[in-house]
Amino acid sequence: MPLTEQPVLSVKNLTVHYGDGCPLCAAHLEKNRCSACGTVWAANDICLDVFPGEILGIVGESGSGKSTLMQSIYFDVEPTEGQAYLSDYYKGEKNIWMASSAEKRTIKNNIMGMVYQNPILGLRMDYSAAANIAEKIIAAGSRNAGQMTERAKELLTAVEILTSRMSEAPKNFSGGMQQRVQISKALANNPSLLLLDEVTTGLDLSVQAKVLDLIRKIIAEFGISVLLVSHDLAVIRMLADRTIVMLDGKIIESGLTDQILEDPQHAYTQQLVHSLL
Amino acid sequence: MNKNYNYAFLDEGSKREIRRSILKAVAIPGYQVPFGSRELPIGRGWGTGGIQITLSLIGPEDTLKVIDQGSDDSVNAVNIKKFVRLCTDVPTTTDTREASIIQTRHRVPEIPMKNDQILVLQVPIPEPLRIVEPREEVTKKMHAEKDYAPIWLQLYESLIKYKKITIGTEYPCMVENRYIMNPSPIPKFDNPKLNDSQCLYLFGAGREKKIYAIPPHTKVTSLAFDDVPFEKESFKGKKCRLCGNENTYLDEMFDSDTGEKHYQCSDTSYCKEVRMKCH
Ligand SMILES: Nc1ncnc2c1ncn2[C@@H]1O[C@H](COP(=O)(O)OP(=O)(O)OP(=O)(O)O)[C@@H](O)[C@H]1O
Ligand SMILES: [Mg+2]
Ligand SMILES: [Zn+2]
Repeated sequence: MPLTEQPVLSVKNLTVHYGDGCPLCAAHLEKNRCSACGTVWAANDICLDVFPGEILGIVGESGSGKSTLMQSIYFDVEPTEGQAYLSDYYKGEKNIWMASSAEKRTIKNNIMGMVYQNPILGLRMDYSAAANIAEKIIAAGSRNAGQMTERAKELLTAVEILTSRMSEAPKNFSGGMQQRVQISKALANNPSLLLLDEVTTGLDLSVQAKVLDLIRKIIAEFGISVLLVSHDLAVIRMLADRTIVMLDGKIIESGLTDQILEDPQHAYTQQLVHSLL
Repeated sequence: MNKNYNYAFLDEGSKREIRRSILKAVAIPGYQVPFGSRELPIGRGWGTGGIQITLSLIGPEDTLKVIDQGSDDSVNAVNIKKFVRLCTDVPTTTDTREASIIQTRHRVPEIPMKNDQILVLQVPIPEPLRIVEPREEVTKKMHAEKDYAPIWLQLYESLIKYKKITIGTEYPCMVENRYIMNPSPIPKFDNPKLNDSQCLYLFGAGREKKIYAIPPHTKVTSLAFDDVPFEKESFKGKKCRLCGNENTYLDEMFDSDTGEKHYQCSDTSYCKEVRMKCH
């Protein structure tokens, strides 16, 4: 990876805690929770860069802070501390977390796309699949219904959903289909960064494989940079160029995916890799 | 005039305060201005927002017309007229041209209004975004940030599901490219009359305590996609059975004896006028 390139996304010292914190926090963390004051340090001093065209994987057990990180980047969770920069927002010179709420909306619509772990967060379950995609296009300023429908058809086809089903509501779709509608919605405005939070978790193994294949295809087709979160190292191994390992809200290891798989340094990572083999 | 009440029922301070809200509404077309809605001897939901506007503006020089669903003779219209007359002695009329203030529910008169007239609309739900967002603090923010995607989405969904936009009344419109506004429960047939009009439109919602306005010659467009133009109700092939008019808003009547459907002008005073001319 040519590290001289400007990252698409750069996160600096992201910390999210639930609770007020206390002077004892640093020395009294049990996993991610301070035993003195009960504050949960969901994300703790996270730094990362996503470079153009790469897939950066984040792996970690349940509760390690993966969704907290993703939702902070997507403005759903308010960071306690830290900065984040997007190359498409003031050329990466302004902290996106300081943007006005109107600007944040624009960033969410035009620069980033998010696929939530829980599809209820990412979809309007009662609106048609086409309207779910159109929502993004409307928010980006288009007022041409025909073009929205054309784009919806194109995107649904890309995720292998029959266009004949586009007027149906996602609440009637299977879990795998819901994730695919989320993916097409996330891609609606050709964002430069795609955030995928456990896209395949909870799906049947055969459906998982299909969705993963599809993601690989789409990433190549759209030339998009991706931040991919999973608790499943097998998923990360399939897709990620580089990998970050999180534990208790902190980054404990990072490097090329192959390197981490071959030569894990941290005891937790070793255990993770071992269980994969 | 009943001397037990102040002129126009409300005390002068209250009227002045309501007029201040009206001025603010006129200064920011389409923006919902909160106002301290007063108690009236009329139940909320019976047009108290509109009545308060009328009472705060009316003076001895005025002539008042009140219509409800297009009719001057409905119980509600008659009662409002009675009430205003009781506390002002202002003359009332059914002739659209004669009135200086017209208070209405559901309709804008068929006869175009002029620049010395005010149309006061009684509004039950002033918030056009309420159908997509129940929380007042959120809709406020959406207006402030011009975040209107959800309402457009609603229209798009209607196109996807029914191949056309199915909203009949309270069809949202954009005022001067800034605020989306609910034109109260007028049929979308009347929406185009709001654009570039001669008269002043004032909207009052008593229960929700909001006043908003469309001053003369304001640009008001009914929301429509670039490729799917706005369409008002069409009464093609139908006409008023009383006056024969083909280009007014028609009410559908159902004769339960004969089982027949027929149509009649909803604006009763206009219908009457046309008939007088014919005969
Ligand atoms: N609103 C909240 N209040 C308090 N604690 C929270 C809140 N949201 C998350 N947490 C805690 O933050 C920590 C990180 O949660 P997060 O959802 O980011 O983990 P995750 O890595 O995504 O887990 P999973 O693999 O189960 O999705 C957890 O300990 C969680 O309990
Ligand atoms: Mg998670
Ligand atoms: Zn503490």
